[in-house]
Amino acid sequence: MGKTVLLIEDEPNIIEAVSFILSRDGWEVKTHSNGHDAMQAVRARVPDLIILDVMLPGKSGFDILAEIRNDAQFAETPVLMLTARGQTKDREMAERAGASHYMTKPFANAEVLAAVRALVAP
Amino acid sequence: MPQRFMIGTRIRERRVLGGIRQADLARRVGISPSYLNLIEHNHRRIGGKTLLRLAEVLDVEPVLLTEGAEASLLAGLREAAGAQSGDEPELDRIEVFARQFPGWAQMLVDLYRRGEALERTIGTLTDRLAHDPLLAASLHEVISAVTAIRATSSILVETEALEPEWQARFHRNINEDSARLTEGAQSLVRYLEAAPNRDAELKSPLDEMHAFLAAQGFHLTALEHDRAGPEDIERLLEQGMQEMAMSRAAQSLTRDVLQRYLADARVLPLPMFLARVRDLGLRPDRIAEATGVGIAQVFRRLASLPESEIGPVGLVICDGSGTLVFRKPLEGFVTPRVAGACPLWPLYQVLAQPQMPLRMRLRQAGRGAEVIEAFAVAAQAVPAAFDRPALMQAHMLLLPDPGAAAGPVRDLGVSCRICPLADCVARRESSIIAEGF
Repeated sequence: MGKTVLLIEDEPNIIEAVSFILSRDGWEVKTHSNGHDAMQAVRARVPDLIILDVMLPGKSGFDILAEIRNDAQFAETPVLMLTARGQTKDREMAERAGASHYMTKPFANAEVLAAVRALVAP
Repeated sequence: MPQRFMIGTRIRERRVLGGIRQADLARRVGISPSYLNLIEHNHRRIGGKTLLRLAEVLDVEPVLLTEGAEASLLAGLREAAGAQSGDEPELDRIEVFARQFPGWAQMLVDLYRRGEALERTIGTLTDRLAHDPLLAASLHEVISAVTAIRATSSILVETEALEPEWQARFHRNINEDSARLTEGAQSLVRYLEAAPNRDAELKSPLDEMHAFLAAQGFHLTALEHDRAGPEDIERLLEQGMQEMAMSRAAQSLTRDVLQRYLADARVLPLPMFLARVRDLGLRPDRIAEATGVGIAQVFRRLASLPESEIGPVGLVICDGSGTLVFRKPLEGFVTPRVAGACPLWPLYQVLAQPQMPLRMRLRQAGRGAEVIEAFAVAAQAVPAAFDRPALMQAHMLLLPDPGAAAGPVRDLGVSCRICPLADCVARRESSIIAEGF
């Protein structure tokens, strides 16, 4: 069984594409699509890496990231943030909030794969 | 006496020269004789439509009423010189310059005015980009669709021996996302192609509500009669739907505002309220005391009166988060469309000190440097309950400047992004104007 990636994203076709790419690379992919109970999903899945969208229904990705970092169990879990925004201040916000890596949409599949591989040794 | 206080005198001179009675001129311009009398005695500043209409009826150029011919050029030059941040021009020789080189002087003033107009356009566009939730949502939709298409099409191209069921699934996804992208792109193009004018801003339900009220001059005759009721509100909304294709969300917002208007009009009926204003002047605190209602309600009622009766009156209302939920403009004071206004506005100051009204003179930097008078008060909009705090609202009434006797002037801005004030303690982001956009 490969290592687990939890993808928190609300666009179904992005979920399907990213899940496909990662699964074919040997990762076990779990998905979750809203911000409200994202932290419960993190606790339930205990992933090796989290891919987190910034603009989610219910709660912003930045708020979820803060909750992840405040939980001792996940303080060190790598988090790759995805966002439609490309402004410097968003990148800075993500870094300050404790994101391990930050990627702007639209991204290339190879970039996502490379980032995931770099953040967690399979 | 400052130049602007001479306008009334010039209007009076022109009227007397033309042999027109004050009451006749007032009737032809569409204002009350008492208001014209205040204008002619320089007790009220005028501008905009009223000034243009007066000039038209008196058969003179508006600028001759406001400033006189040469005075207009000199005032323009002084304004341009005042806006200069580097080496100051020789102000003591400004009249020599205007007299010897009138063509060059006029060109300088025209260039300055064009710069001002462009600055305002930048302000409007920046405001739209920075604070428009609709634009942000459209962009997000487009980028999400592009991301999905890019990721899916890469899989189709790059994956060797992709199973037919996956192929079919991804083709269907691309088809769905391309439809979404088309719709999102068309909506963005429609939005961006629109010129930065009032009509182009009619996008959010709040904008639609304001456009509907502006089309009525913020005065709703149908709600002013004794027996006005909910059926009149529904008729007005029906009219808004037919004439302006008002959305359902805008109708709901407008219905709330009209219900509040009706309640205000019932407590302060038009004939009684106008009589109070004539007796007490535009002093909301005195009117509130005399009528026994809250100051905020008097603000709203003043802002609902026809301009032809009491002159221009602006009103801004924000909720406890600072979001602007109601904007009736006053010339000389600019408001952002939704949020992100200057924190130095008394509107926000009173939120921290409810029941402590404020009155002050204001001047927005980077505009025509026009002074206006503001009255602000905050009060509970919804009382507290055990499961939620009280909800606050702040009201700010805007009137033309009563003059220096009313106290010192507070310099503030529209919003940081378009404010040139240097070293401002309230600044939260850099200004594109100060940076020389």
